[in-house]
Amino acid sequence: MPAFLDDFLFSYQSLIYSLGINGLLALSMYVVLAIGQLSLGQAAFMGLGAYTSALLTLKVGAPFPIVLLAAMAVPALAALIIGAPTLRLSGVYLALATIGLGEVLRIAFVNSELTGGALGLSGIPEKAGYTIIFGSLALALIAFVLVSRSRIGRAMEAMREDEVAAGMLGVDLPRYRISALVVSAMLAGLAGAFNAHVSSFISPNDYGFDAAVTILSFALLGGIGSPFGPVVGVVILTLLPEVLRPLHDFRLVFNGLIIVIAVLFMPHGLLPWRIGRTGARA
Amino acid sequence: MSGTILALENVTVRFGGLAAVEAVSFHVEPQTVHGLIGPNGAGKTTAFNLISGLGHQSDGHIRFDGERIDDWPSWRRAQRGLGRTFQNIRMFGEMTALENVLAGMHAHVGGGLGAALLRLQSFRAAERAAILKAREILAFVGLADPSARAGNLPYGDQRRLEIARALASDPKLMLLDEPAAGMNPSETSGLIELLLRLKARGVTLLLVEHDMHFIMHLCDRITVLNFGRKIAEGTPLEVRSDPKVIEAYLGTKVAERLEAGARVR
Repeated sequence: MPAFLDDFLFSYQSLIYSLGINGLLALSMYVVLAIGQLSLGQAAFMGLGAYTSALLTLKVGAPFPIVLLAAMAVPALAALIIGAPTLRLSGVYLALATIGLGEVLRIAFVNSELTGGALGLSGIPEKAGYTIIFGSLALALIAFVLVSRSRIGRAMEAMREDEVAAGMLGVDLPRYRISALVVSAMLAGLAGAFNAHVSSFISPNDYGFDAAVTILSFALLGGIGSPFGPVVGVVILTLLPEVLRPLHDFRLVFNGLIIVIAVLFMPHGLLPWRIGRTGARA
Repeated sequence: MSGTILALENVTVRFGGLAAVEAVSFHVEPQTVHGLIGPNGAGKTTAFNLISGLGHQSDGHIRFDGERIDDWPSWRRAQRGLGRTFQNIRMFGEMTALENVLAGMHAHVGGGLGAALLRLQSFRAAERAAILKAREILAFVGLADPSARAGNLPYGDQRRLEIARALASDPKLMLLDEPAAGMNPSETSGLIELLLRLKARGVTLLLVEHDMHFIMHLCDRITVLNFGRKIAEGTPLEVRSDPKVIEAYLGTKVAERLEAGARVR
């Protein structure tokens, strides 16, 4: 590796990690939005993954692949539990229930001995790196593209556009809703595990309501016409605070302003391109 | 009645104290066009929603293709061969015309998650076959451009596309809710021509429509509802001369005058 690249990667290491981790979070948001549902529990799923993985590494000394699997399985289970009663209904029930999940978990993390209370957990070894983080992101993107271009992708877009009409074509609505939420929770949990294993320190406040809204804004800013939209949103929203650093105290004002302008004038997001839904050329 | 595709038996639905549909029974025979007519508020769309599973009756049974479907959700009914269109078109506007029709094939096109991810030979073959069939259906309903964005199509074409999408699911029974609503006369006659070709193909249709010319021209049998009750049933000729039907549509006085006129003649 050339020396300048090595230096660059070293100086901006945590920023580049954030790009990959946020990319996974944005995709976890995308799966849910892509079928027309709204979840505000992505941060909670991420927190579950982060704490599960950190505890397994610190207290049990489990091998990293097992840790990652568990960090996906535990949020998936939470998604099943919270999804089963709410996803039979359409509308905002999922959003409300997931906000509730986030608060309950945050309070549980703050008050539990096991999770280190408000101080969180520290001394987590740095086991994740560029390869596994960006490899996972690339795999997830490829998987989303392949699924989009199939009957599953068509059913998902149909649900987002008109759930009643999708149901009248034989799309099993509850099954699609619960599957999307479970996949979403697994991706967020994986992102949480990476987060814990690159930053060496996690605390309950990293996974609160603010984080949930930030994750939602990745997808809204980038657009959900294709899985690439949310990733574009991540690049902008992760780099913007760095680029705006010279503005000092006005940084967050400009950050917010740019998001508002983008949402107002580009309702389809920064990347309005829509992915095709056919699985072959004929 | 063994060949009956759809049978309503004493179906009642109440919204609070109001019975929107009350003790309605009728059945639809395969390969026929059956009309469901009545003045505004007669309960036609409510009946359609009960049949397609978007609402559930308070009382009575619905049989479809020999099975009691009372507790089935809409997608299960659709999977078993019930298709429908809507009074206010429900298009997937962002998708292309072709993708809309492919979405209509959801219950038949193969390809689970694994097959889609691995892009198996069989998956691609199934997709290719589906695309060819979707093109055929689009041509059948008279839509020339498969890659047009559905939301950009003119109104009459959106109606055609909605019919194409329902047709794609290869339904045993297709419900059409006011297909000619909002159409100009030339679009309407084009639609009649399309539905006659559907009928010739052997598709069973149940349709709600206000355009009497349309109904009389197409239907083999007609059921008339008024205030949620069935008031008449028969061939177009029988229904047209039924005094109860005339009364429902035109009021008591006109009905009396018509009857008096008939006697004089």
